[in-house]
Amino acid sequence: MDTLLIHILNSLLYAAVLFLIAGGLSLIYGVMHIVNLAHGNLYAFGAFVAAWTVGLLVGGGTPTPVLYLVLLAGPVVAAALGAVLEPTLLRPLYQRPEEYQLLITFGLLLILEDLIRLIWGPYPLSVSSLFEGMGSLNIGESIYPTYNLAVIVVGGLAAVGLWAFIYRTQFGVVLRATSQNMRMAQAMGVNVNRVYVQAFTLGCFMAGLGGAIVVPQQGAVLGMGVDALILAFVVVVIGGLGSLEGALVGALMVGVVRELGINLFPEVELAVLYLMAAVVLLIRPAGQFGRA
Amino acid sequence: MSPVSGPNRRVLVAAGPIVVVLLILPWVVEPYQTVLLSYGLVFAIAALGFNLLLGYTGLLSFGHSAYFGVGAYAVAFTVKYLKVGSMELLLLAGILASALVAAVFGLVCVRYTRIFFGILTLALSQVLWSLAFKFFWVTGGTDGLRVPTPTLLGVSIDAGQDKMAFLAHRYYYYVLVLFVAATAVMWVIVHSPFGKALQAIRDNETRAEFVGVQVWHYRWVAFLISGVFTGLAGALWVPLNGLTTPDILVWNFSGEIVFFTVLGGFKTFAGPIVGAVVFNYLKTFAVGYTVYWQMFLGVVLVTLVLALPTGIMGMVARLSQKWSQKWKRTPAP
Repeated sequence: MDTLLIHILNSLLYAAVLFLIAGGLSLIYGVMHIVNLAHGNLYAFGAFVAAWTVGLLVGGGTPTPVLYLVLLAGPVVAAALGAVLEPTLLRPLYQRPEEYQLLITFGLLLILEDLIRLIWGPYPLSVSSLFEGMGSLNIGESIYPTYNLAVIVVGGLAAVGLWAFIYRTQFGVVLRATSQNMRMAQAMGVNVNRVYVQAFTLGCFMAGLGGAIVVPQQGAVLGMGVDALILAFVVVVIGGLGSLEGALVGALMVGVVRELGINLFPEVELAVLYLMAAVVLLIRPAGQFGRA
Repeated sequence: MSPVSGPNRRVLVAAGPIVVVLLILPWVVEPYQTVLLSYGLVFAIAALGFNLLLGYTGLLSFGHSAYFGVGAYAVAFTVKYLKVGSMELLLLAGILASALVAAVFGLVCVRYTRIFFGILTLALSQVLWSLAFKFFWVTGGTDGLRVPTPTLLGVSIDAGQDKMAFLAHRYYYYVLVLFVAATAVMWVIVHSPFGKALQAIRDNETRAEFVGVQVWHYRWVAFLISGVFTGLAGALWVPLNGLTTPDILVWNFSGEIVFFTVLGGFKTFAGPIVGAVVFNYLKTFAVGYTVYWQMFLGVVLVTLVLALPTGIMGMVARLSQKWSQKWKRTPAP
């Protein structure tokens, strides 16, 4: 029973982080119809910024609760980066075939990957004191790190917050209108360029948040972005490109399969995930919640 | 009427001198340069195959590393388990394996177009990558599989001969002959009625369907041919590199294939060839020059997309047009 609970918690842990990454990817696709291959690198960027900022302050007498808040530097910087990238690199390409959009985000992926190496060097950054600082809980006879629970809570809160933002605010209405019919929204007086920047920034913020909350647990390492991107792809494909509900369900499914896979079939765990994505594409090309 | 008609004759006239230069090159330049060019020619074969899908059928595959990798691993497995040393048999193994994988993946992928096609090809190639990565007792994992120098046309490497000299001479010519053959075959394919049908599908799927083109069938055959070309490139690449690693299956390599095709210009026949060779030099230079070579390539790609979307060949065509107009306006005295 306890082991089952732990497995469930682990699945939720994966799902929480994956939702933050894939949710952003899906939001950007839903609004702008761009598959951002550099999305994983924005997640990695958030992780490195968070780790670096906390690393500067840790041991400097800053109270620990403040350090947890300082992690937010990650998403803020990732969002700022997104706000710069969209108007400069992506905006000129909306009228062009989507091959070019994919290519430019692939170029961006290459640049950001090395930019991270250039700024922070080839070695991993870690802030495990924040992970250990929360201690652990006893679940039956097993121990479970409290920080992992916190990640799950943050993931859940992000999902609820995003839902409220998109379905309960004025901005959400504009966003959904633009996503459904960009020309019509523009005709109604929506400043589409602004909505695009905002959506892209929000997506990058979520990716950065995902990066920031995994840092205490896993550290920030080179290559984390590309790995995360591929998993986020699987999530988004299963759930349906452009759908937030889909990203949530997809993240939960991938979380469960990963946890099962690591314990039962570690050799083919990744292959099973990619096959899952391929099968879903075959049966329902738009994903479970997509509207292709 | 001559057997070689107008545009074809022009191409032969243009290609002839290039082939002659390529033939005498190993006698002129250092072995290292020849080997580097061999890599470029191998990638050019892969790019030719890739461009049958992108340039002629209008499908952007982000998973062509799969066929390159399957070709390469098929060679490595045949050497390891069947102890085959003849390059011709190894090529056959590579072609058959990549044809099989492309046939199966193609059945799945050609049902979709645009972004879904791209993601599906990517997901399937990642399945192969993760298998190569995880089943290390079969594939050697990240260490990869070593492949000894094969025999070419039944002749093995001379005892005591330097491997570099072998690669720079005999193997270079071997690659060159196959490159010329592959280019010729692709030229015939894209100018055949089949190739015209593909272009019709690219330009307007609905109309092509109405004219009686069985769209999915044509796409599938194009996918298959594309996979076989890329698989042949993978098989030829192994002896050059000496080993295969999962790096050639991972999707970043698919991205590089897309990159060099766009670099050369995917709207022309020769674009992918030029792009592959240039990209190979560019990457080798960047890797040798700086640890931040990815950033360098990324900047090149972004600049290319923003400023030169038609690639090198598109630029050349535009410049030559401009010059020829100038030439006409001011006739030589």
